[in-house]
Amino acid sequence: MCFALHGVSVRHNSSTKADTPALSDLHLSISAGEQIALIGPSGAGKTTLLHTLACAHAPVTGRFTSFGLEPWRLSSQQRHALRSRVFLAPQTPPLPARQRVVTAVLAGRLPQWSLWQAMRSLIKPFDTQAAYDALARFNLQDKLYARVDRLSGGERQRCGMARLLISQAEAFLVDEPLSALDPTLAIQTLKTLQLEAKTRNAVLICSLHQVELARAHFPRIIGLRDGRIVFDASRENLSDAMIEALYRNVSAQSSPDANTTLEDSLFSSITDTRCF
Amino acid sequence: MSFASINTVTTDPAWRKRVTYFVIAIALLWPMLIATEFKPWDLIDAQSLRATVRFLAAFFPPAHSLEFLQLVAHATWETIAMATAGMSLALIAAIPFTLLVTEQISISRIGTGRMHLAATVIRQSVRWLLVLLRSVPELVWALLFVRIVGLGPTAGVFAIALTYCGMLGKVYAEILESTDAHATKTLLENGSSRLSALLYGTLPDAASELVSYTVYRWECAIRGSVVMGFVGAGGLGQRMDESMKMLAGGEVSTMLLVFVLLVGCADGVSKLFRKHLG
Repeated sequence: MCFALHGVSVRHNSSTKADTPALSDLHLSISAGEQIALIGPSGAGKTTLLHTLACAHAPVTGRFTSFGLEPWRLSSQQRHALRSRVFLAPQTPPLPARQRVVTAVLAGRLPQWSLWQAMRSLIKPFDTQAAYDALARFNLQDKLYARVDRLSGGERQRCGMARLLISQAEAFLVDEPLSALDPTLAIQTLKTLQLEAKTRNAVLICSLHQVELARAHFPRIIGLRDGRIVFDASRENLSDAMIEALYRNVSAQSSPDANTTLEDSLFSSITDTRCF
Repeated sequence: MSFASINTVTTDPAWRKRVTYFVIAIALLWPMLIATEFKPWDLIDAQSLRATVRFLAAFFPPAHSLEFLQLVAHATWETIAMATAGMSLALIAAIPFTLLVTEQISISRIGTGRMHLAATVIRQSVRWLLVLLRSVPELVWALLFVRIVGLGPTAGVFAIALTYCGMLGKVYAEILESTDAHATKTLLENGSSRLSALLYGTLPDAASELVSYTVYRWECAIRGSVVMGFVGAGGLGQRMDESMKMLAGGEVSTMLLVFVLLVGCADGVSKLFRKHLG
């Protein structure tokens, strides 16, 4: 078992007790080597779930285990060691603008490097071959010594994925890896990620907005809405009606209530303005 | 009624606040001007103008005898050495303080948003140490060290090192914290150690600002060493003090020209570094 969640709820650090939690009462178990697509409307809690799995968010209730350990019962040091077994790739590529691509990619090795090695690699990057190979799998090998701010949005995103290939993680949590890519590149990138996960027998969880891609390429699909799991189904058991229900939005429910609430909120915002 | 409501809808809600702050700022500033007896028109009455002209006239021509120039060159070298040595010491001490103060590389904050109590206590105490170091003016440190190590540049070096360590530590930490935290945060969340995350996440984008602030502080250290020269810490300042006392305006103006050149050089160096790191 790679990840397991039993009744896990998560709140954002800034939220108060009165707010609805970002994730509530999740039950989930994920085994090694599984490939999962995470879908759902914006603000459903996909990113929060990925962060929770990466030990970047502490649950307020419930039991969360990662590789058989309960991270939030471990010491800070042990928990941090656990973080290096999971690779979290955020939606916006976390690459400093003034860094060279080679350094940005090799940063995936930082958890394994000592501080001394990290400093040496800043002066003369070592294992440039590994960085080159990783970039080559996304067709970016000629950008090895370019600066990050010279890359296009899509190139940056793939550069972030090259860092994933360099890392030695056993689970990949990837937040919308395809948002800046054209359809052809999106499929190529997805296939590279899936191949890498398969050869390592690593878990791959991708949050996606492209429902068709998710259905075409992932054997297991989790639908998330308002911080709750709506469905957790294999590709074969997933119907169009389930997808439609997942994305049906408030205004499309077309009840007169929806309209009045909209007007109410508009009105209250105007009275707020008058208070100033 | 409806007219009033339309009016309130279109008026900028921030406008009243802006006017209020402006009025408050003026109200606070006025007593300060009175307390400092700020009367700029005193500068241009006949007597002041005469005194100014007399003082400035003595500056021409700048002294340029070979003997004096050699003396100035030696004193300049001493000043540069004092400023550079003081800055280097300050830098060596400030870097570890910066790393301790920077909240960006807190691992205990990940996931909970709260830092460990011990970490908070250490951060706050280092912050206060830095406040202490820089709140005592370098002139006071210099007076203290002149009593300990005697007259000469050593006192100046120590004084610069202590004050500037406080300033560098504070500003470095602020530069690092104002840099986009996303890259460093992600590296930490993926299991990097604190310092590696800082080196690979924050430093690339903060480097040019850190360097330009350091060079600017070096420039300030050169000016500061002059003031300390007046209390016997050697260098150009001490020479200038002597020339002032002898009312030798020409010598003072030569030394002022040297300062202009030094500051100009510092500016050039800063620009060069920024160009390469930017």
